[in-house]
Amino acid sequence: MSSTVISHDAIHHDSHGHHHESFLTKYIFSQDHKMISKQFLITGIIMAVFAMLLSILFRIQLAWPDTDFPILEVFLGKWAEGGRIKPDFFLSLVTIHGTMMVFFVLTAGLSGTFSNLLIPYQLGARDMASPLMNMLSYWFFFVACVIMCASFFVESGPASAGWTIYPPLSSVPTAISGSGLGMSLWLASMVLFIISQVLGGVNYISTILNLRTKGMGLWRMPLTIWAFFLTAIVGLLSFPVLVAAVVLLIFDRSAGTSFYLSDLVVQGQILPNEGGSPILFQHLFWFLGHPEVYIVVMPAMGITSEVISTNSRKPIFGYHAMVYSLVGITVLSFIVWGHHMFVTGMNPFLGGVFMITTLIIAVPSAVKAFNYTATLWRGNIRFTPAMLFAIGMVSFFISGGVTGLIVGNAVIDIHVHDTYFVVAHFHLVMGSASIFGMLCGVYHWYPKMFGRMMNTKLGYLHFWLTFLGAYLVFFPMHFMGIDGVPRRYYAFTEFPFMEKWVSVNLLITWAAIIAGLAQVAFLINFFGSIWRGKKASQNPWGSNTLEWTTPVKHIHGNWPGEIPTVYRWPYDYSKPGHDADFIPQTTPFSETMSSNQMHDFEGDEESIRIQEEWNKENNRTE
Amino acid sequence: MNLKINNRFKSIGGLLLIASLFFVMPHAIAQQDSTAAAEPQTEAVDTVSSDDSASTVTDTAATAEAVTASPAAPTTVTTAAPAAEEGTKIDPQVYKNFFYYVLFFLVICTVIAVIGKIHSLYVLTKKMNGKYNPLAGNTFQAVLLFLFLLFFLWGVYYSYTVWGSWAWREAATEHGKEVDKMFIITTVLITIVLVVMHILILTFTLIYRMRAQRKAYYYPHNDTLEKIWTIIPATVLTILVLFGFFSWRKITNVPEELQKSAIQIEVLGEQFKWSVRYAGTDGIIGKRNYKLTTATNPYGIDFNDKSSWDDIQGDDIVLPVGKSVRFHIISKDIIHSFYIPDFRVQMNAVPGMTNYFQFTPTVTTEEMRDRMNDPSYDFIMLCNKICGQGHFNMGKKVIVVSEAEYKDWLSKQSKYFTEDLQKEFAQNDTEISPRTAALN
Repeated sequence: MSSTVISHDAIHHDSHGHHHESFLTKYIFSQDHKMISKQFLITGIIMAVFAMLLSILFRIQLAWPDTDFPILEVFLGKWAEGGRIKPDFFLSLVTIHGTMMVFFVLTAGLSGTFSNLLIPYQLGARDMASPLMNMLSYWFFFVACVIMCASFFVESGPASAGWTIYPPLSSVPTAISGSGLGMSLWLASMVLFIISQVLGGVNYISTILNLRTKGMGLWRMPLTIWAFFLTAIVGLLSFPVLVAAVVLLIFDRSAGTSFYLSDLVVQGQILPNEGGSPILFQHLFWFLGHPEVYIVVMPAMGITSEVISTNSRKPIFGYHAMVYSLVGITVLSFIVWGHHMFVTGMNPFLGGVFMITTLIIAVPSAVKAFNYTATLWRGNIRFTPAMLFAIGMVSFFISGGVTGLIVGNAVIDIHVHDTYFVVAHFHLVMGSASIFGMLCGVYHWYPKMFGRMMNTKLGYLHFWLTFLGAYLVFFPMHFMGIDGVPRRYYAFTEFPFMEKWVSVNLLITWAAIIAGLAQVAFLINFFGSIWRGKKASQNPWGSNTLEWTTPVKHIHGNWPGEIPTVYRWPYDYSKPGHDADFIPQTTPFSETMSSNQMHDFEGDEESIRIQEEWNKENNRTE
Repeated sequence: MNLKINNRFKSIGGLLLIASLFFVMPHAIAQQDSTAAAEPQTEAVDTVSSDDSASTVTDTAATAEAVTASPAAPTTVTTAAPAAEEGTKIDPQVYKNFFYYVLFFLVICTVIAVIGKIHSLYVLTKKMNGKYNPLAGNTFQAVLLFLFLLFFLWGVYYSYTVWGSWAWREAATEHGKEVDKMFIITTVLITIVLVVMHILILTFTLIYRMRAQRKAYYYPHNDTLEKIWTIIPATVLTILVLFGFFSWRKITNVPEELQKSAIQIEVLGEQFKWSVRYAGTDGIIGKRNYKLTTATNPYGIDFNDKSSWDDIQGDDIVLPVGKSVRFHIISKDIIHSFYIPDFRVQMNAVPGMTNYFQFTPTVTTEEMRDRMNDPSYDFIMLCNKICGQGHFNMGKKVIVVSEAEYKDWLSKQSKYFTEDLQKEFAQNDTEISPRTAALN
């Protein structure tokens, strides 16, 4: 069925050349996966810059808790009266920073961009299974972003109950001003965002399962596609649960129900709600929330696998193990959510069970880290900016991953739960690692997206400042957490034991500011190179995957004429016996007789016989 | 590299940029302001001078835009307009300082751009001399990564010794020792993994950097190796899990008779303070019903339950050393968290349900002060769940004393069932008792 559709498409393209597209259908309501991926990326970058500015604002407050910055009043008005950020607004900042980074940047910006770009390209499809759904997915996401930003223009301020929006804080407007209209907008934005994710996820899964080109078996898919595929499955199964949680919360807020509320006396007023449980919300939230961190990190893993292999000029070590560990993470990610709730009053026995499942998930993650290292071993490593970001991603993944053994252990979690230790842990393992995966992808596939190269020198500058900055920001936070400094504290000045950390906060904030300014190098590079970058060649990195067989200039339908056929796995780099150090997936084995290995034929006797004959004739011993 | 004519203008523009930086230097402007303030019509002059500076800044920013094509430049132009409007309220100095830093940043960008150009020229001359090594930059990055490794290892050492010693205090409770033991074992393990993995990765990147005449080693998989590094972490984790699981059960699953024999204390979190209720002589905490909350009875204690009559109100949390205490953790409004870092104790206070944490303090405050060599050191209980604007300031002192001191302190504390409440209750009681009798 799918093949007939493709061939119909191909004929259609040959006869018409190209469509006459208006500005509106080409750039705005585009149904082309390449344009949609650019839309996701640019929206994601804008959201990332916005969320980063928010983080700089609260970092300023933490580093100089007793200093006025009158300029802040210019920009923030009553939320920073006298140049001092207010506690309420501080909580809004951390809330919206977290929400935007996790959902808009690292979920939509990362998955949305690269799934859209690479799934059709690397599988050899003309476009997504449903281009219309793809377009809707972007526009729901866009509206979600607009609503979230709009909440800054609400008088009572944006949502401020933390990105986890635990009720009752998020459901009782008298408890905190951000739980008024700001929280309603947050919830509306989130519902739209989830619709976007579900539309996107269905599309990714059906494209991967149905629209692979001839020869592209599941085990010949690049690891990027495996990662996007499993990410989409995780998202599709977990995001709807968040909708349920959010809708019930909306009922609690607006319709007087008591799903999450019971026994409340807020600001001296006895509320009528009875019989609900705040713990129920936490279960529902983390049923999405924990898979969400894998939704965030798995695409980054896929991208870095591809980039590390390409730039080490070496096959990714243990391709099958990499896939199985992704599958393992996918399955396990659904049964570990309780580790966010060890000390919430969940039955402690259940906590113990969740601890066991949580520490098991460390095994596939460890395998991935080891395999990355083995890929680098005896490679011929080329340090493009993308490769540096990939190495940075592995470094962050290890540094942040190992502390998972501490926070995932219920016993130790008693002490470090909700402290800066947790902040350090997840910012390294999912925040920095994923954003580095994303940047790695941007540098690597920029020539494919825009037909031009990014400036390498600016890329190096960007990498080094960001890499050092991220470590200087997040590494010291571990120690604050061990000391028992809770997260989301407006100032460290109220308790004597915290005061020593103000000096460290100063270091962190300066590192954050410098790393923040370093992003200007990226923005100049990214937007400048769209028009002024060096023209890209067709396959600038000497890569094997299918996307580099398409013409540099984008055409609707990706390939002029027929879609290429795939003959081999995507990681034949530096294969002994072959003159070049890469063999694209489209090269048949008949053209590489000197480098074929017997297991390449997957037991096909005819091919093995031909190869053996050839070996005999050419005195090749294997 | 194309040497276009406008490059000369670029350098002139750069000079202008630096020159303008001197003009908007904070101290220079401050002087200008003070002379302005000396004049009689302060406000008018001030706004004029701010307009002036804004317009000059806009000019320089415009040239800056031409020079660096930096996105920061347009923002200065746009912010200049509202700045002039609101000038009446905010000290113009604020804007000047702001533009100074923006310009300063632009100068840094220009310097970096110039360095980049010089490097390009350098590469170009090398190419012309035929000495260009296309892999020089690659090797440079590999060396940088190796230098980063050295910095990283030093950073780990520095942070463990300096910040680690700031952060680390031994637990002051019995179960806390268990927590600490697990923590240290895990930390040792993960530090080894962290250091070894970074050494491997960042030396591989140096050793196996790209060379002209080398080909990578085609090494797609090795099943034995992969099995080894699946099984080893799995085994280590299994040990950690079992160890952790039994410790966790020990801490959270206290046998019933020990639960009853412990000292019972209730803490109630609300925005933004904690209230503490000791069980009194009968050892039972009286019932609480949130619906009974009134101005005089903010805790919502149900005085129909006679065991509440002797409940004691504590200003601080005072505990006897070496005695098991069982905390009943509840909340009045939203979720709070009962967290005593020194005790390795944490449990959320959730409205609508009671959570428990039982532990035995082993170190008195005095001993802790000696240990810390800080005569003002106190154990502190913090709120550790985001709860609103006062979240960062919602603590309560925890004092651990000898048993005699504890009893002495307890006898001096007031009861929740104050005389006012007793009167109120007596009145209500006469009204309610016939009804309850009827119900019975």
